[in-house]
Amino acid sequence: MNKLDAKVQLDGWAQPTLLKVATLPEFASGLFPLERMVLDLRDPKVRTAFPTFSRLPWAGFVVNDPEQAPAGRPWVAIPPETLNAQPGDVIEVVPETSKAALRYRRGANNNILFATERCNSFCLMCSQPPRDIADDWRISQICALAELIDKNEPSLTITGGEPTLLGSGLNRIIEHCANALPHTQLHVLSNGRNFGGGMLASSFTGLHPALMWGIPLYGHHYGLHDYVVQSKGAFAETMRGLYALEAAKQRIEIRVVLIKPVVEHLPALVRFLYRNLPFVEHVALMGTEPTGFARAHHDELWIDPADMSAVLADSVDYLTKRDMRVSLYNLPLCTLPRSLWPYARRSISDWKQHYLPACESCAVRERCGGLFAWVTPEWTSRALKPVLEGEEQCASH
Amino acid sequence: MAGDWLIAQHKDFERVVEGKLDCTEPLFAEMEARHLIAADPNHSTLAPLLSQYRTRKSYLEHGPALHIFVVSLRCHHTCAYCQVSRQPVGNTIFDMSEATAAHAVERLFEWPAPTLTVEFQGGEPLLHFVRVRTLVEAIEQRNRSEGRTLRFVIASTLHDLTDEQLAFMRDHQFELSTSLDGPEWLHNANRPRPERDSYQRTIEGIERGRKALGEDAVSALTTLTRRSLEAPHEIIDEYRKLGFHSISLRPLSPYGFARKTEVRNGYPMADFLQFYEVALDHLLAINREGYFMEETYGRMLLSQLLTPFSHGYVDLRSPTGAGLGAVVYDYDGRVYPSDEARMLASMGDHAFALGRVDESVSAWLDSPAMQRVLAAGVAEALPTCADCAYVPLCGADPIDHYARQGDTIGHRPTSDFCRKQMGLFDLLLQRWEQGSATDQRILEDWALRATRRGIAREAEAA
Repeated sequence: MNKLDAKVQLDGWAQPTLLKVATLPEFASGLFPLERMVLDLRDPKVRTAFPTFSRLPWAGFVVNDPEQAPAGRPWVAIPPETLNAQPGDVIEVVPETSKAALRYRRGANNNILFATERCNSFCLMCSQPPRDIADDWRISQICALAELIDKNEPSLTITGGEPTLLGSGLNRIIEHCANALPHTQLHVLSNGRNFGGGMLASSFTGLHPALMWGIPLYGHHYGLHDYVVQSKGAFAETMRGLYALEAAKQRIEIRVVLIKPVVEHLPALVRFLYRNLPFVEHVALMGTEPTGFARAHHDELWIDPADMSAVLADSVDYLTKRDMRVSLYNLPLCTLPRSLWPYARRSISDWKQHYLPACESCAVRERCGGLFAWVTPEWTSRALKPVLEGEEQCASH
Repeated sequence: MAGDWLIAQHKDFERVVEGKLDCTEPLFAEMEARHLIAADPNHSTLAPLLSQYRTRKSYLEHGPALHIFVVSLRCHHTCAYCQVSRQPVGNTIFDMSEATAAHAVERLFEWPAPTLTVEFQGGEPLLHFVRVRTLVEAIEQRNRSEGRTLRFVIASTLHDLTDEQLAFMRDHQFELSTSLDGPEWLHNANRPRPERDSYQRTIEGIERGRKALGEDAVSALTTLTRRSLEAPHEIIDEYRKLGFHSISLRPLSPYGFARKTEVRNGYPMADFLQFYEVALDHLLAINREGYFMEETYGRMLLSQLLTPFSHGYVDLRSPTGAGLGAVVYDYDGRVYPSDEARMLASMGDHAFALGRVDESVSAWLDSPAMQRVLAAGVAEALPTCADCAYVPLCGADPIDHYARQGDTIGHRPTSDFCRKQMGLFDLLLQRWEQGSATDQRILEDWALRATRRGIAREAEAA
């Protein structure tokens, strides 16, 4: 697991500032204003070109230690052991707390734009417990961040909290992404509840060339769904929201977290999806992230993936036969029947992806998404064991 | 209401009806999830039901897609069950004229459907192939500016197909639909030609059609006479022998010559249902052996039971497919909302003539005939249908009821249409519910195949 922020030495910054880490290619691309980039003096090639380069109007410099910084210019010291900030990444320097944080990482599998900490649901397994705070300042921060992200970034995820609580701010963010990053897929994770009434859904029609909404549904019946999200009426709101999004010609993914009560009713849920939402583009069946509220509800939520095999296989088969695309997230390959491996994705963000010592000798480690870094023994499948050479070809389960 | 369903114990069903099912029971939730009951407006929503309804009725969206052109009533067969009152081979006054064809093409493009299936029928359309050719050319010419998706089908005995005709059909990607009633003895008995070689000629036609247009371009229909009912296995085995993966088992319709010969050829619907049950079980057995073969009508009903989607079949819609899903341009320039309507007309009853090809489409839709069809065209509002569990999956057929019972609304308890539908739904559900996992998968495959994305939905004529 890699840290995303750290205490650092820095000087010359008046306020929190988003900065793109630049070396020669970022300079040469001409895509980002010099005033919003920090020149990475940790790079020996950059240091060779230093005298000419440093006179340019960079926002500042990234150095290994304060001695490297040019006199009178802003700098931040990020030696390798503090934070893994690389050229192309976007960092935020925060002078009041002497911190630097990674806000965008070039080449990472899952960069997120964090929209808000607020939420109108209170899910049993929430990995990001909501806080009711005023954080609308994030709207302009995300817009500023989008301007510094690589133009060839394949995809970004907007998450929270519940992003629609930003109101028209979410439209601003999405429109801004469409302008700054027209080739980047945008995935917005929302509970969909706010789309049911009024014109919100249609306000997104045509706003972005590659936008997909990831909306969770935890049951075929409001009793189960409303229990999981701990909000009465949520199922009805989400269902109405899904149809409003469809009417607004939005692309939709359904996200199902595989907690025990959901797995127990999974066949009914996939039938419900086919019967009622056959237009959704993708169904993600996802292992639980054992952090946040989930940790407090272990007994209600935990079901060993080894005990889901049959129901997962049936559900994947049911959806696939009906032309509904399905993927499995967050489930290590060794816990899945071989027939399901083609559906398993390496879904865990690389900075929180983790393997156990047992994984060292595994023949399919490279294809496997591994585990969340915060996994504990009580969240670990009994089926976890290395897949041996040769075994990866045959049906081992 | 929108076609979802649940099979339950009768005693549970009674508790539901009497309001005694407790809302904490799993069955209660299950029934709510399938939109069979709605209980708590604060927590539930009718939105899925509305969406399902729109999806299932989406055949309404674009207007008629099936356009039947009757290019000639002439035929060299003398089938006793002929539904269209064919005419002798030399009688060219029963051919569609050039002027009529030109008007019909104009009208075809007045309809808004993005996909137009143009089906040539007769009589035997090959006997007036020059009209098929000029129609196709005119339609394609016009389509250069229209940009619709076109599909050409010809319903023919395939007898006396010339190489030239085949080459034309290949160039225009025709699909061939022919009649094959079963093994030689049965086919020749049902479909007499003076030479007694109908079977042989049909087989040759199928082979030549497949060679020229591709294996999948030729399909066949079976019309069932009383004789046929004795031979379900033989009929199906004949289709398998010929390499067909699809069979259509159709009971006799009360039109044309079939009406006159009813006493000799006809049979009660119960006999058909008995036949169908044996046929279905034989088909399941064949599929279990690994040879895929479906029955098209059963497949269509299963697609309604097992998928949320609409279908292309025009005879089983509500609102009716007559005039809303199909239009027939007859050889003499008259226009009908369905094949059955023109069959009635050929028997002298013009009750359902919408108008003529030189009038506008809106005039047809305003016609008393169309109003009459529409007034009895919504199954959900018909007596007895309104209370039927199968109504979301079924359709209204006012013209069929008129033909059989003398009234477009009809009387369901004595309706053969209703008997057939109820009987088949019951049978298919029974096989589904009580069948082995293998049988379930076979029936499911039929249903899903009918509605797969990427496979063009078929506009199926009766």
